[in-house]
Amino acid sequence: MMKKNVCLASVALPVAIAMMLLAGSSSVTANAQPSATAAEVKIDNFVFGPQTITVPVGTTVTWTNSDDIPHTSVSTEGVFKSKVLDTDEKFSYTFNKAGTYPYYCTIHPKMTGKVVVQ
Amino acid sequence: MPDKKQDLIDQSLQDLNNDGVDRRGFLKCMAWAGTGLVWTMSGGVPVSRAFARDYGKKADKGGDFTFVQISDSHIGFNKPANPDVTATLQTAINKINAMPHTPDFIIHTGDLSQLSKPSEFDTLDQTLKGLSAKQIFFVPGEHDMLTDNGEQYLQRYGKGTKGTGWSSFDHKGVHFVGLVNVANLKAGGMGSLGHEQLEWLEDDLKGRSASTPIVLFAHIPLWTIYPEWGWGTDDSEQALSYVKRFGSVTVLNGHIHQIMQKVEGKVSFHTAMSTAFPQPAPGTAPSAGPMKVPAEQLQQVLGITDVNYIVSGRSLAVIDSPLGS
Repeated sequence: MMKKNVCLASVALPVAIAMMLLAGSSSVTANAQPSATAAEVKIDNFVFGPQTITVPVGTTVTWTNSDDIPHTSVSTEGVFKSKVLDTDEKFSYTFNKAGTYPYYCTIHPKMTGKVVVQ
Repeated sequence: MPDKKQDLIDQSLQDLNNDGVDRRGFLKCMAWAGTGLVWTMSGGVPVSRAFARDYGKKADKGGDFTFVQISDSHIGFNKPANPDVTATLQTAINKINAMPHTPDFIIHTGDLSQLSKPSEFDTLDQTLKGLSAKQIFFVPGEHDMLTDNGEQYLQRYGKGTKGTGWSSFDHKGVHFVGLVNVANLKAGGMGSLGHEQLEWLEDDLKGRSASTPIVLFAHIPLWTIYPEWGWGTDDSEQALSYVKRFGSVTVLNGHIHQIMQKVEGKVSFHTAMSTAFPQPAPGTAPSAGPMKVPAEQLQQVLGITDVNYIVSGRSLAVIDSPLGS
């Protein structure tokens, strides 16, 4: 799993705090915030990478499209749906419930991936 | 050099015509397709010949006619593979306008735009206004239905069509069917026509004489070219089963930005070049993304397809022309 310190501006601060808290303690309850971590999925050469990503509950997953062709990241079960991501555009979704979330690119449906939230 | 090409084309066609779908001949044809090849369906037997420049001149006799297929304009695309797709579309239009006879109409097989943006559709409309042929039939590509389930596409280009934009029409004895295989795509799948459209198609073809030449056109190929890249249509077999009884069926597709041809029985499959950017041959690159070629080669890998209908043989001849020829 990738943990990145560089995140979207809106989530950077809570994530940074949560990461510090996580380093010292396994339970984070301050401000009623779920324990927040961040993970990244890169869209490159018509592939979601990594294809399956396993993250703790509360993780914000950010998809970044590195292709010259637009893609989407859409939950097969209707849980989340990105707008169309042109080159270098990003989409983030925070997973607050454990479970397995299959998703695909609605433009190129051969492109599939999975987020496993534990 | 042209004579050498001619010999190779003739030889490959000989192979093909001897046994219909000879693999060796087919591959040779594919290799030479980019140089301009004529496909004629005559009584169900595929007959091909090398690029006949004066072929189009015959198009004003009797009920013979010509129409042109353009595809994958991707207006709005501005990456290195082609930073000015509007200019190359304009070149395609100039080429069509320079044909010896004005084609009866144009078929655009989708991906008009890159991102379904109103401004992209506006630019396309403005550019297409320069066409000598005034009637254009459209089917959508996946890029044209990105934001609103295709609402905007349908408003602009789908007047009088059914469902997500399918329709049929008759022209001088030939029956044309425009199909949509880019809507409601399922995870893990390829192109899809869907149950409702298939039912409509079966009904549309019912009762038509088997001697009526049929032209099916859709964005994604209606034959499986390379499933790993989604280059095919999951339920195309069913659609093709409805046209089996017809003596001449021509299937025109886009999506893969390169010429591919196949003849199966009385059905001749053909994919067109893009007017915007080329894509790699199946499996020759890590993905199907835009292929970058040196600027001076770009016009050789973009192009248009003109199709001639010859009444006497109830045949359709498909000719591909690169923009730079």
